[in-house]
Formats: sequence, structure tokens, C-alpha cells
Amino acid sequence: MTFARRAWIVLWKDVMVEARSKETLNALVFFALLLLFVFQFALGPDRERLGGVLPGLLWLGFLLSGLLALGRTFLVERENDCWEALLLAPGDKSAIYLGKLAGNLVLMFLVEAFIVALFVVFFDVALGAALPSLALVIALGTVGLAAMGTLFSAMTANVRARELLFPVLLLPVEVPVLLATVRATEAALAGEGLGGVTHWLGLLAAADVIYVVVGVLTFDFVLEG
Amino acid sequence: MLTRWLGALAAVALAVGLVMGFGVAPREASQGTVQRIMYLHVPSVWVAYLAFGVVAVASVVYLWTRAAGADRVASASAESGVIFTGITIASGSIWGKPTWGTWWTWDARLTTVAILFVMYLGYLLLRAMIEDHERAARYAAVLGIVAALDIPLVHFSVLWWRTLHQPPSLIKPGAPTMPPEILAALLVNFVAFTLLYAYFVAKRVALLRREAEALA
Repeated sequence: MTFARRAWIVLWKDVMVEARSKETLNALVFFALLLLFVFQFALGPDRERLGGVLPGLLWLGFLLSGLLALGRTFLVERENDCWEALLLAPGDKSAIYLGKLAGNLVLMFLVEAFIVALFVVFFDVALGAALPSLALVIALGTVGLAAMGTLFSAMTANVRARELLFPVLLLPVEVPVLLATVRATEAALAGEGLGGVTHWLGLLAAADVIYVVVGVLTFDFVLEG
Repeated sequence: MLTRWLGALAAVALAVGLVMGFGVAPREASQGTVQRIMYLHVPSVWVAYLAFGVVAVASVVYLWTRAAGADRVASASAESGVIFTGITIASGSIWGKPTWGTWWTWDARLTTVAILFVMYLGYLLLRAMIEDHERAARYAAVLGIVAALDIPLVHFSVLWWRTLHQPPSLIKPGAPTMPPEILAALLVNFVAFTLLYAYFVAKRVALLRREAEALA
């Protein structure tokens, strides 16, 4: 079996499990809705004031949902006693990493699309022309978030204080991604296009490449035992 | 034995550094005595970066060879690095209050060091939370590599985010602009802190080896 085929099988399995149970997606969508309420209650109803912090709020929403979604990546395997089967899978373990990463990206993109839709409705964000550039920023940022999230999720899956350790490891590493995406989202939502933030996009692309390559190279060591 | 000599050497160098910093080096005109914090602050941040570099190299070596020694060096170096990062932040704060008028500001290099601090605290937490030694070593090595590769990203993102810090005054093109006494005091402290770091690591590695032997 080729590398790509093995990664595809892991992705297909995860998508199938999620499509049938909808366990994670349902809870995440509900969580995103609650986050929106919390943001609104914490910051007050003043739309003028909210306008300036919307890009930050948007990424705070993505980040918090991401912490929940990504942290669960390998939990399913533990709960269903599939961990050993994963270890027994033939060939390079990095195929499992890429499959899991792809599954996480699908999940994150769905939740993010929902959060963006909520922002449009509740905060009266005029997307229109900003949509393509916003989509690019979200895609780049999410890959960076999910690449490290998937790796750390495997590392913390067997630790007792998993829920605590996962965000503690992920958040500091993701600071560059957060800074870059918030700035780029500001530019996109302001309708300025992405011309003025190309250095931020470059940083995001560099982060994506570094994170995915490191994930692929080190995953074998993580899944050893 | 070697460790003891290293410790003695570090103590002597630190004493000389203190005398140089407080006695020989002149009082800086615009900042006053507060400027002398530099003799603690700048060597600390150098040692912190050195320590995290050593963590990265030791992590790669560990994953490559599975030598327990490399893991112990990584662990000891990360601990020292966090300590020296803490000293950097604390001394910088104490210097910043009279000079900038604030304990803390989200200046580029301050922020970078603060992020490194939490990143490597997470690294130590990961080590502490995994009971199985071999697995803790493997996971920590992966994180040590990730963190080191993240440093340039953190550096540039935070730099673009904002900057207020004065530009580096020692390593830059052209001759250093400091008076020779200040430069000498600074260099002596660089050597002293590096020796101190080496002593800490050597001591910790020896301790970790005995711990492993006792548990085996």
C-alpha cells in the first residue's frame, strides 16, 4: 500500500466515524454558539467597540474550539481500544499523522465556517468582497494550528492530566500563528485586501511548512509505544 | 571532580564579574546606577538562548542515538534555561521601571523572552507529568525540537507586532560604542554566567544519572 493510500484510509475512517456519530461536530458547533454568547456578554452589546476587536475574537473562537477538537484527535483511538491497532499498522507512521491532520482540518474548517457565519449574523460583519482573502488567511492559520495540535494530541493522549497539558503545550508554540492571523484578518475584514500583510502571510506559510514537516519527521518517535 | 572545579571557576568568575560591574565599570551618565543591571541581564539572556540551543541539539542526538546521557543533558539544560529566562525577565523588569517608567511592556524582545519562558515551562511540565522515563524522554525530545524551530517564528512575528527595545549594543556592525571598562565588565560576566550554566548542567546531569541508577 502506498503512503498516500494509508493516509487516505486513516482520514476516511475518521470522517466515516464522525459522519455516523457526529459526536465531536455537534458538541463543537454548540460550543461555538456558546462562545459567541460569552464574548457578547463579556464585552457588552456596544457594536462600535466590538468592531475593533472582531478579528481577535474570531481567532479566539477558532483557537478555543481548536483546543477542544484537536485535543480529542487520539482520544477516540484510546476509548475504542484502537491504539494498539494503530501501532501495528504497517509502514511509516507519518501516514497516520497526515491522515489524522487531514481529518482535523476537515473538522476545523466546518466549525470555522459555522463561527464565521455566526459572526456575520450576530456582529453584522459585511463579508462580501473580503471572503476570498479571509478564506486564505483561515486556511493558512488552521493548517498551522492543526499541524501542531495533531502532534501534541498524540503526545498527551496517554498522560493523566491531558486536558491541562495539551493547551499548555500548544498555546505558546502557536503565538506566531495567532499574531499573524489576527493581523491578516484585520486587513481582510477592513476590505484592504492582503497586499499590505504579505509578510504575515509569508510567516504563516513558513510556520505551516515547518510544523507539518516536523510533525511528519517526529511522529514515528511519538507513536512508538 | 571536574564538576567541582567548574563550580569553583564559576564562583571566581562571578566574583570578578561583580567587582568589575560595581567597582571598575564607570557609572553610566544618563541611566545612573540602574544601568549596572545590564551585567546580570544581558549575560542571563545569552545563557538562556544557549541553554535552549543545547536542548535542541541534545534532543536531536537523543532521538538519533537513544543515549540516556543526551536526554539528561536536554533535561538539565532546559531547567537552567528556564531559570536564566526568569532572571532575564525579573532583572529586565527592575531595570525597566526607572528607565522606561513601567515594569512591563509588550516590547518585541520582552515578549519573545516571555513566550520562550512559558514554552519551556510547558516542556518541563511535560517531562514531569509522564511517569515512564523512556516515553518522557522521547516526547520531550520532540517538543525540544519543535520549540527551537519555533523561536525564529516567534522572533519575527513579535518583532513585526511591535518594537520599543533599544537596538543591540554589543554585536552589531562596526566597533562597539561602549567604554572599554563597561565592555570588559560585560564580557567577564558573559564568561562567568556561561561557566555557571555549565556547572548547573553538569551537576544536574550527575544527579539525574544517580537517580536513574538508584531506581534501576
